[in-house]
Parts: sequence; structure tokens; C-alpha cells
Amino acid sequence: MNYEAVIGLEVHVQLKTASKMFTRVAAGYGAPPNTLTDAVVLALPGALPVLNKEALDKIIKAGLMLGCTIAPVCKWDRKNYFYPDSPKNYQISQYDQPICLAGSVEIELPGVARNVMGEHKQIPLTRIHLEEDVGKLTHEAHDSLVDFNRAGTPLMEIVSEPAMHSADEAFAFLTSLRTTMVQGGISDCDMEKGQLRCDANISIRPVGETKLGVKVELKNLNSISYVRDGIALEIRRQTAVLTGGGSIVQETRQYDGEAGTSVAMRSKEMAHDYRYFPDPDLLPVQVDAAWQATIRATIPELPFDRQRRFIAQYQLPYTITAVLVPERDLGDFFEQVAQLCSHPQAAANWLVNDLRRELASGKIALTESKIRPMHIAALVDLVEQGEISMTAAKEVFNDMFQTGEAPAAIVIRKNLKQSTDSGALEQWVQSAIAANPRAVAEFLAGKEQAINAVKGAVMKASQGKANPKLVDELVRRQLLAVKP
Amino acid sequence: MSASVIFKSVAELSALLAAKSISACELMQAFAARTTAVEGRVHAFNSRDEAGALSLAAASDARRAAGQTRGPLDGIPIGFKDVIAVEGQPLTASSKMLANFISPYDATVTTKLKMAGAIPWGRLNLDEFAMGSSTENSAFGATANPWDLTRVPGGSSGGSAAAVAAGEMPVALGSDTGGSIRQPAAFCGLVGLKPTYGLVSRYGLAAFASSLDQIGTLTRTVGDAAQMLKIIAGHDARDSTSLSTVMPDYSAALPKKSRPWRIGVPKEFFGPGLDAEIGAAVQQALAFYRSAGAEITEVSLPLTAEYAIAVYYLIATAEASSNLARYDGIRYGHRARTTTDAISIYAQSRAEGFGEEVKRRIILGTHVLSSGYYDAYYLRAQKVRALIRGEFMSVFQNCDVLLSPTTPTAAFKIGEKSADPLAMYLNDIYTIGVNLAGLPGISLPCGFTTGGLPIGLQIIGQPFGEAEMLTIAHTYEQGHAWHTKYPNL
Repeated sequence: MNYEAVIGLEVHVQLKTASKMFTRVAAGYGAPPNTLTDAVVLALPGALPVLNKEALDKIIKAGLMLGCTIAPVCKWDRKNYFYPDSPKNYQISQYDQPICLAGSVEIELPGVARNVMGEHKQIPLTRIHLEEDVGKLTHEAHDSLVDFNRAGTPLMEIVSEPAMHSADEAFAFLTSLRTTMVQGGISDCDMEKGQLRCDANISIRPVGETKLGVKVELKNLNSISYVRDGIALEIRRQTAVLTGGGSIVQETRQYDGEAGTSVAMRSKEMAHDYRYFPDPDLLPVQVDAAWQATIRATIPELPFDRQRRFIAQYQLPYTITAVLVPERDLGDFFEQVAQLCSHPQAAANWLVNDLRRELASGKIALTESKIRPMHIAALVDLVEQGEISMTAAKEVFNDMFQTGEAPAAIVIRKNLKQSTDSGALEQWVQSAIAANPRAVAEFLAGKEQAINAVKGAVMKASQGKANPKLVDELVRRQLLAVKP
Repeated sequence: MSASVIFKSVAELSALLAAKSISACELMQAFAARTTAVEGRVHAFNSRDEAGALSLAAASDARRAAGQTRGPLDGIPIGFKDVIAVEGQPLTASSKMLANFISPYDATVTTKLKMAGAIPWGRLNLDEFAMGSSTENSAFGATANPWDLTRVPGGSSGGSAAAVAAGEMPVALGSDTGGSIRQPAAFCGLVGLKPTYGLVSRYGLAAFASSLDQIGTLTRTVGDAAQMLKIIAGHDARDSTSLSTVMPDYSAALPKKSRPWRIGVPKEFFGPGLDAEIGAAVQQALAFYRSAGAEITEVSLPLTAEYAIAVYYLIATAEASSNLARYDGIRYGHRARTTTDAISIYAQSRAEGFGEEVKRRIILGTHVLSSGYYDAYYLRAQKVRALIRGEFMSVFQNCDVLLSPTTPTAAFKIGEKSADPLAMYLNDIYTIGVNLAGLPGISLPCGFTTGGLPIGLQIIGQPFGEAEMLTIAHTYEQGHAWHTKYPNL
């Protein structure tokens, strides 16, 4: 029997805010343990939460980017449970009235070839709500240590509908979500720092069946490739169980990415009663249309929209846009260059190939580099106008990357201008024809590529500065002139 | 010296300090000496720092000498119910759980009082985590009523009331969740003010029930209550439930009377269970107001009378079960010695750290919020709470204030009700509705029983109607001398 997988994801994204969600202590990663704390974070007697407006702004922005409906009132609930990483032993969260409802994440599946755009789909979302992150536990031989630096960091929980059917779709979902959240300035989404965390609910059912199978929650998918591999493993595991005549147990499983295995954690019978109730320390917040409009004005173009526009507006190849678009800075940079020059495709090539390579090898960010959009535009124009050769252009680029000087200045400093002085060229062409009688004879006899030897000799004589197009033209004209 | 100052009001002491008839140091020494003399019998304090208070008094004297006094409270000792944070001082909530906890920060009210030059004078006993009406539920022993040492001072702010009544200080802060300031004020012959919910910041008040808790004062006079409120009230960015409202000058408003007052008398608050002597004293107070030109009308609060206590014990315990979850032995507070894992740290630390009443309420509150019971208990209680608030607001359409006894009985004997939680809960029957509706309330002395126990008169104001409520209370106080009496200790 053939089975179909049904997958829903629960994604936690830490919001990038200056301070924590309910107090003015800085939010951040990597500080010495328990230094980002205060009376509120540590839940000392008498401490009270006060909402960080930036956190609400960011989740509303995220919701608007994903096409969610924003609730008119933002309400807070307490989720009660005891755990040592939770200072209050309740988490301030949103239970029955999440701030964002519905919406969707657009995904792209792998194409038939690398240079072909894959199929696009909208994966619907159930809800997005805001809650506080907990601290971090470290278990040692005899003790457990807890660091509350992370506790109270604003955390967004994004819940998808069970609408994905393969590990590839889940992978694409998370990739797209991450790109969108990073480009919106919502989060840095660094999975190693725990800024993006993912749990998956997975079930399988015979193809054609509409009822959902028994679901298994898969945890600890803490890298994007673990999401794909872990889900693929779980689908294989469930398929094997059903094929072998067994039945799926509703449970939570922990994925071990290094070993490529998963183990059962706890069964659903031990489900918590979280005793949710409205937090009496916080008043509901009205989110009116004006507030939404202010935030909406700050939303950047969505990555897939930008990709489609780059292809249509600049006639860029898919593969180029697939590199330009995921990095917002690079895409922005490209658009600035495109405004300044008439050859956006050539400009895009410089960015995708040369600029990215140099940035990577120098390990610097685009914003830190000395290259400005007008430099790339000028370089492209120099090449297109035949002022410098491509070889010279590469040299100009490397110089420019180091010095930040304008290309024209570098061309002069390095004397890289292509020669278009036809008087000198005529002489070099005549000398080259005279010096290569055999190639001339072969060319005249109909062997087209023999002309290259003549042209090469001209280029050599010009020390590479002759304009190749002009050389080709002159060589052909003179050869035809000598043809009997 | 000491006998002449220890029963004076803040206003009187302020005048003495201003006239330099007494120094803040002398004043502090007088209260410290009085405390040493009576504390063995009263047990109002959980702890006190006499040296620290004296050095703050010296600083106050230095400011005054330099012409830089901070106003009427500069140099006045003030007690803190042991749930309100003062930096560097213990905050025990009268619980073994926090027996060794020192607060690293000041509550907002503390900051404001320090800015005004007041001197924090001691941590005052209470029912553990403010849960109780007698101050018997304290891990550190009961407090006695200075008027009769065999009786309770009321609760949960019993230490605050007893300390002021016994002349150990002129003013103390308390907190009122269901009557915890007004009932002890009534039992101890003091003025107890519970402000409108949201008027005084709760930041730094160890929470019992967040939607009901409000910090207030225990003073000898209404004038002192107004003076204190002026200093502690106001919006606080650290408390999301503190409201922005224009604050009148409560002290300056006192002598004013714009028009005949309309006083409502809730008939249900004079029914069975009310002690006859208390009923009579309140009737006399009504007669006073009538003769002063007030329009007295009977009103009815049937829902409050019928459901307030039940609603209160559902909502307060639900919030408490969550608020007190933080006391887990992990980060601070009591931790049991023989624990093996996180669960046993929680279970044993909390079993050892909390007293019976606290455990009873945590269990009740946990049940109330449990899946399958939430709708029937918590949600329904919130709906009835809204109706109770609506009932008060509709009565206020035709009344400026409501007037009633503060308690059904005068101070009861220590141990008399401690075996019967329900009887104890019923003692708050007249005060609890005020908290559910978020209203201001004040209790002031209006007589004594034949046994010599103080009787309290409760005036309930409209939301943010403190100025009028205080004016009406002040008028009564001006026409009577109950507040000038003090116990023989």
C-alpha cells in the first residue's frame, strides 16, 4: 500500500528586540550566565511584567508579512507548569486569542534542474502567538545548572496547518519562513543560537484516505537539514510500522541528528493541564488600524515577490535571482546598481559571482565592504562601452574591492584603458599578418579559426589593451583586402 | 518625651519636626524605645533595623538643618507590611518559604516614601502571604491586638495595625485584597485606607491575588491617610495595571464640601450576623451625617451579599495558585535538604515552606483553574464579578459614597476561628465586594464595644473617588474623638 505523509510544523522564532518581552533588561546571546536578569526575569517577590512594545510591533509585522489577520485586541494568558528553566513556573503566553490568525507561507519545491524554478505552494498557517522564552538547563554529572539569560526573551510560535506532505515541503517551509523573517528584521533566525526552533507533527495515511492518521510529535529538529532528515526518517519509520502490520502510538519522539535516529520521549497520556487563565498583571492591548498601518508601511517586499519581479523587470536568469534574493542586502544592492546602469544582467553577474566570492573569502558583510553600487555600475558601463577588456575589468574589480576607489580612477592609475587608436592598430594588424603567413593562408583557404593566431598577435602587441571587437574587424578587413 | 509623641498623628509630628521642637533622631529613639517596651507583648514586627533607621533619622535632621527638608514626611518613621519590598531588608511574607530572603530592590511605594524622607521602620507581621483575617497564619507567631492582648488585631495587615495602635510608629503600609487593611484598622481603632485598584503601584508588593491586591495605609487620622495617599499614588510604568488619572490634592480637598452628600446604606450589610453594638454605632454615624445635611438612602447590593465571598475565594485562590508558583526553592527561598530531583525540590520545599492556609488556597486555586472545572468555577466567578461591579456602579448613580460597618464583629479571640476557615472567611463579608469592584474604601473608628474594643465604620467611594470619600470621613472624624483614644499597654 502507498502512504501519504501529513505534516504540520510548530516553529518558535525569537524576536530580535533590544530588551526582553516584559522588562527592560537587554535580550541577547552569549553573555556570561545569569547576567541578563533582574527582579522580573528571576520572578522575585513583587516583580511585575510590563510589555515591550517592540515585541508586539515585530510579531504584528511578521503576521502582516505572512498575510495573517491581526486580532484587534492582544490578550495575555498564563500557562502554568513547573519546570526549573521557568522562573515564575508559569509562562506568559497567548491561549485562546492569538495575535495573528491564518495567513500562509509561500514555499518553492526543488525544480527539475538547478536552473529551473520549482513548483510554488502556499502552506496555510493556523496561528501565530507571542510568548516568553524560558531559561537554559545544562545537566552535569550530579547537578543541573540553569542560566536565565534567555528567559523572558520574546518568542513567536508559528503553527502551520497539517498541510505538508513531504520532508522536502517541510524543509522548503522552514527555509522560506526563515528568509522572510530575516528580511523583515523580525529575527536573525540563527538555529545554532536557538533563535529558530522547530517541532513537527507527523502522521501517515493510505493515499486517498481523508482521515488523519495517529500523529507523532518530533522534537529537537535543531538545524534545517535535521528538519528534512528527521521528518524523512519518521515517515519511513511509520511506513515500516504500518507495512509490518503494527500501529502508530501517539507519542513525542526526540530526533538525534548525529545518529540519524529518534527515540520516544513521553506518551500523550502524560499531557499537562496548563491551567491557562488571563494574566491579571497585564491589560489587553488594543491594536487599532492606525497602528497596523504604521507597521505595514515598514514591510519589505516578500522574497518570492522580489524574485518574480527581478526575473520580469531585469530579465535575470532564475539561477541568478535564486542567489540575489535570499540575501536582502544583496538584492537591495542589486537594485541600486540597476538604477545606475543600463546593463542589469551584467551587474547581477558581478554581484553573484565576483562580489559574493570576495565577501566570502574576506569574511565580511556586504554592508562593511568598500564597494558602492555606483562603482559596480561604472565598471559595467566601462566594459559595455569597450573602454576596458573583461580581463582588465576583473583587475579593476579586485582593486576596487580592496581600495574602494572609483573604477575610472583605477583604470587610469593602472593604465588599463583599451586601445582604440586605429592608427596604431592598423600597424599592429599589418605586422601580425606579415608575421603569420601560414595562418593567413589557412584562413583564406576557409579555415575560420586560423584568424585567431593573427588576432592573438595583435592583442599581444597591444599588451592586451586593444579592443577585441575592433581588432577582429580590422584583421578581417585587411585579410579580405589581400585576398586575391 | 516618649509618651508625649508616640500616639501623635503624622501631621502633629510633622509640625513638631518643622518647629524643631523635636529632632527626627529623638522621634526615632522614642518609637524604638516604645517598640522595645511593648513588642514582647504585641509582636507586630518580623524584623527591624534600629541602627539603620537612626542613621536615616540623622540624615533627615541634617537635611532640615541645611534647609533641604523633603516635606511633611521627612523624618517620619513608617512601617512596612512584610510583603512590600525595601532594598536590603528582609521580605518574608511571614512565610518560612522566604524566612531568609532579602529584597534586592525597592517597591515603587518605597521609592516614593524614601524620596519624601520617610524612614522605613521595620517589617510588620501578617497572615502568611496575606492570606487570612487574623495574623494568626504567620510562620513567626501571631500578633496581638494592643486593645486586648488575648484578641487578634485582624488581618492580614495585622502587624501594621497593631504596630500603629501600640504606638510603635505613627503610620504603616498594608495591603488589602479582601479587607486586609480595613478589617485590622477596625479591630485596632485606626484609619485604614484601601485605594481604588490601579491608583497605587503594586510593583514590589509580593502578590497574593493580582487583580484584587492594593497597597494602602494604616494611620491615626483621615488627614494622615490623605497625606500618605498623595505621596504613594500615581501611575507607575513598572505596573501595567496602574492607571493614569489626574490626582487631586487629597489633603487640600479635605475641608471642602461642595453640596449635600448622598450617602447610600446597603441594607444587606445590616442583616443577620452583625453584632448589635456595631450596628448601633454605625447607625449613630448615619445620624451624624444626616444632621450634617447628608441625604441618606437605603440601597441594595443583593449579588454582593450573596456571592461576593464565593467569587472572591475562586478568583483570589486561582490567581494565588499561579502567583505563588515562583516559590519553588530553585532560585531563592526555602529549599528542602533531602531532595533528589527537580520534582522533589518543588514538592518538599513547598510542603515545608508553606503553612496550612497557603496550601489550602493553592490547592483550591489549582482546582479552580483545572481543565474541566475552569468554566464552571473561574470563568463563572469572573462573570459574577462583573455583575457585582455593575451592581455597585448602578448604586453609585444616586450615591456619592456607601456607608456600612467594616466588620460584623469586633476583634475575636486568638484561636477562636483558626480551626474554622469558613467562619474566618465570613469576617470579610462587608469588605470583599470593594476589592471585587476595584473601589476605594476606608475604615475609621466610630466607637467602642462595651468590652472596650474598637468599632470600624466603612465608607466606600466611587472609582477614583478618594477625595470625596476622604472628605466625608474627615468630617466624621472632626465631629468625634474616637481617634484620640489609645490602648493602655
